[in-house]
Amino acid sequence: MNSPITSDQAYGWRIEDLDVDEMILNMGPQHPSTHGVLRIELKTDGEVVRAARPHIGYLHRCFEKHAESVDYPGVIPYTDRMDYVASMGNSLGYALAVEKLMAIEVSPYVQTIRVIMAELQRIASHSIAVGTYGMDIGAFTPFLHLLRDREKILDLFEWTCGARLLYNYNWVGGLSHDVPEGFVKACRQFLREFDAITYPELMDLLIGNKIFIKRTAEIGVCSPELAISYDLTGPNLRGSGVPRDLRKDEPYCGYGQYAFDVVVGKGAYGPLGSCFDRNWVRAVEMHESAKILHQAVDRLEKMERTDVREKVPKRVKPNKGEVYGRSEAPRGQLGYYIVADGTAVNPYRVKVKSPCFTAMSIFHVLARGMYIADIIALIGSLDVVLGEIDR
Amino acid sequence: MDFIYGLLPADLPTWVRVLGAGIACAVIGVTAMALGPLLYVYAETKVAGFMQDRIGPKRVGPHGLLQTVADAVKLLFKEAIYPAGADKKLFILAPCLVVVGAFLSFVVLPFGSRMQAVDLNIGLFYVVAVSSLSTVGLIMAGWASNNKYALFGAMRSAAQIVSYEIPAMMSLLTIVMIVGSLSLQEVVWAQQGGLQSWFLFRFFPIMPVVAIVFFTAGLAECNRAPFDIPEAESELVAGFHTEYSGFFFAMFFMAEYTEMLVISAVTSVLFLGGWWAPHPALQQIGSVGLGPFWLIAKAWFLMFVMMWLRWTLPRLRVDQLMYVAWKVLLPIGLTLVVLVGGLVLWFPDGFAWDGWVGWPLTLALFGFLFVVMQRAIRWSRKRAVEMAA
Amino acid sequence: MESAGIHDRLKARFGEGVTAFEAGALQPFAVVTSDAIGELAAFCKADPDLALDNLMCLSAVDYPKAEPPRIEVVYHLWSYRHLHGFVLKVFLPREDPRVPTVEGVWGVANWHEREAYDLLGVVFEGHSDLRRILLPDDWTGHPLRKDWVDPEFYNGMHVKPTAQMAERAMAGEQLGVGPFDVTPPNRHVPTDQ
Repeated sequence: MNSPITSDQAYGWRIEDLDVDEMILNMGPQHPSTHGVLRIELKTDGEVVRAARPHIGYLHRCFEKHAESVDYPGVIPYTDRMDYVASMGNSLGYALAVEKLMAIEVSPYVQTIRVIMAELQRIASHSIAVGTYGMDIGAFTPFLHLLRDREKILDLFEWTCGARLLYNYNWVGGLSHDVPEGFVKACRQFLREFDAITYPELMDLLIGNKIFIKRTAEIGVCSPELAISYDLTGPNLRGSGVPRDLRKDEPYCGYGQYAFDVVVGKGAYGPLGSCFDRNWVRAVEMHESAKILHQAVDRLEKMERTDVREKVPKRVKPNKGEVYGRSEAPRGQLGYYIVADGTAVNPYRVKVKSPCFTAMSIFHVLARGMYIADIIALIGSLDVVLGEIDR
Repeated sequence: MDFIYGLLPADLPTWVRVLGAGIACAVIGVTAMALGPLLYVYAETKVAGFMQDRIGPKRVGPHGLLQTVADAVKLLFKEAIYPAGADKKLFILAPCLVVVGAFLSFVVLPFGSRMQAVDLNIGLFYVVAVSSLSTVGLIMAGWASNNKYALFGAMRSAAQIVSYEIPAMMSLLTIVMIVGSLSLQEVVWAQQGGLQSWFLFRFFPIMPVVAIVFFTAGLAECNRAPFDIPEAESELVAGFHTEYSGFFFAMFFMAEYTEMLVISAVTSVLFLGGWWAPHPALQQIGSVGLGPFWLIAKAWFLMFVMMWLRWTLPRLRVDQLMYVAWKVLLPIGLTLVVLVGGLVLWFPDGFAWDGWVGWPLTLALFGFLFVVMQRAIRWSRKRAVEMAA
Repeated sequence: MESAGIHDRLKARFGEGVTAFEAGALQPFAVVTSDAIGELAAFCKADPDLALDNLMCLSAVDYPKAEPPRIEVVYHLWSYRHLHGFVLKVFLPREDPRVPTVEGVWGVANWHEREAYDLLGVVFEGHSDLRRILLPDDWTGHPLRKDWVDPEFYNGMHVKPTAQMAERAMAGEQLGVGPFDVTPPNRHVPTDQ
């Protein structure tokens, strides 16, 4: 039953493709800085990378095939497992898409909680992104400072829904649990600590560090046109100087009622759209998220508690139709293309446009001519999570 | 040695007492050197823990003191794996060479006026020579591993160590010119008389620069952050020791920390008065000399600085590293050599203000930097609180 | 610009190339022939009024029960300049789905098309690097097609437990065929039976 490998290209470059000085370096899938199981083939000339070719699929878990064989709410746990660093954002995007398909309007109370959860998750996710980026560059300490704050967020999540990583929290038409008593107070406590200690410490220790700037500010430069052509979204796009954020452009969950700024890369230390800009946008976005959270928590406090499962349908069975729902997940625009055939309780087709997938597709363009050390910096600045690329 | 000599019964023949004391000293010294890394690694984990707002090891032994012992035992019992296609002889020889290179420097380190294995008249030259011996070991390790990452690490380390040797040499030359001797003991004796005559505080403000150049180059020579590109765990997995496991890996580890101690000790000998106390009154308690204590204290302080830097700074890139060596440190070093050479000619007794300006100003400068740092932190926190409010 | 306006503009430019427009759908879409899509995509991006410079998503969907059976390739477009979107669809025959690539227009299409090829077997003509992307290089078949049946073996390894295998496992037999002769770890064999 062994099927022979027929494709010549399967193994990438062959020895005949190489110059005398060149060699092939296989980075990954077990490499400490490929953020999961990414494998990159590098054609290197000494320390300089002549060409790069990413190979993905090591973490493919057949999400889209799974989604076709479970019912609509049953997909949500699978969405959590795509971008396991920011599960709240994934399930929120899916819930929003199905709600759009079924024309369900959730209550403002639920919307506010969703915003709080999404923004907390954004801070947690960016903490990991910026922290591990520092670690890629060689600064270990900021990572642990940020993880310390991420733990506090996970504690809040655990308190609310019992899970620390994969929440199954945003349901179609509502939420799995209401927030517990005292959540607002705990949330404020976290924000106070984050604003007063972690964020300024991060800015001083990592983002403002001269070596860090020198390492990142002139590499991986991505022009706005290139970024749009390769569908970079979220912080990656804004790092290239395009002020587009779905929370502003197409407000969902009542994002229109919150005052916050869209953070755009400035190219302060080098060309616009460099690795530094992408990472800087991420870091400052944490602060913007905190701003949103302050407002959302104030709103939540004044609201009357309502049943968060009020609008959850007994049986999710949309009419025949299709929808492309997208939301601003921490890593960028997360799109769900859902096709319902109107007869079955399971989706006919779910296609996920994951922001990491498109971010990774630009990699080979940006990687050309870099140093090996910069390759690591580039992967980190694109902030990919392999669970979402491979799905 | 005198102490042990005194302990031995007086009725023994003198040569027996000398021999016995010598052997006892050698055994104690070698053991202390070999076991030292256990302590330094423990210190590193604790310092890292302190900086990263966590506790560090605390389970094994009181305050986790035995953690590194446990780690060492674990590494001892692990299988040594030889990768397929490795050059086995070189693969085994490499860590030995690195360790030998690191430990050989101890031969000339003066821990006290008489606590020195050999007072070579070319001591400084010897230190430089044996510390670059480890380069050969690193290249061997990289080549013999049959691994591209290891090869990258080896090549990087060769380039790095060879480059940084030159600025280090330049700053050594200034000391040699002042002292007029290569012997480390002579260098220490030249700094007699308390804090103000340490070389760090001579010819203010020139010698502090020399010290910084030397320490930076030394940092690069022992592959410590921010110059740890040969290991660069986020880029090259583990660099030259990617393929090493078990005790061979432990040897690399041991060599790294020993080299840290050597660089710190040499820096303190050259610039911080070696085994001299900051004030002559602190040189001894009763009849017990505190020379070794002062040297080790200074060396450990410098090691702490190394750890501090490691857990604070990101890593440089290869080209930036070379830039720092050839375009920043080397010009500074060359200028300093000329400058100090001239100064030694014109002011054989040093500047007029050396006795009373150099050290307070240097310390004041450090104090000022410290205050500025604290201010900056406080200011940024305040700003953050204001922004949040 | 509204979807209808975009459709009118495309219809005026390409005529027969745009075969249908579904205005009543949740997100209105136009159906385009596979011959026209290459040029039409370039037009969508280049035209200053449309300026659909971003390909948000490219998906392929299998409709074996439609008449005639078809595979749809769906392009979700978005304009960062005008903040409007549009959906294009191409209907392809199920037996031999071939469509020109739009990789040259939107760079991101490269990987999306590879994924559609990998999972549904749509061949994008003119694609620079049409290889499998998510599945192993030696995989056969396209699993997101609706008539997909899980293979029993992959490279000599059991990948699909059958009822027969389950029975044998319950009887306590060591399962596994081929070079890796081990019981799959997820198949726990109770010892007391």
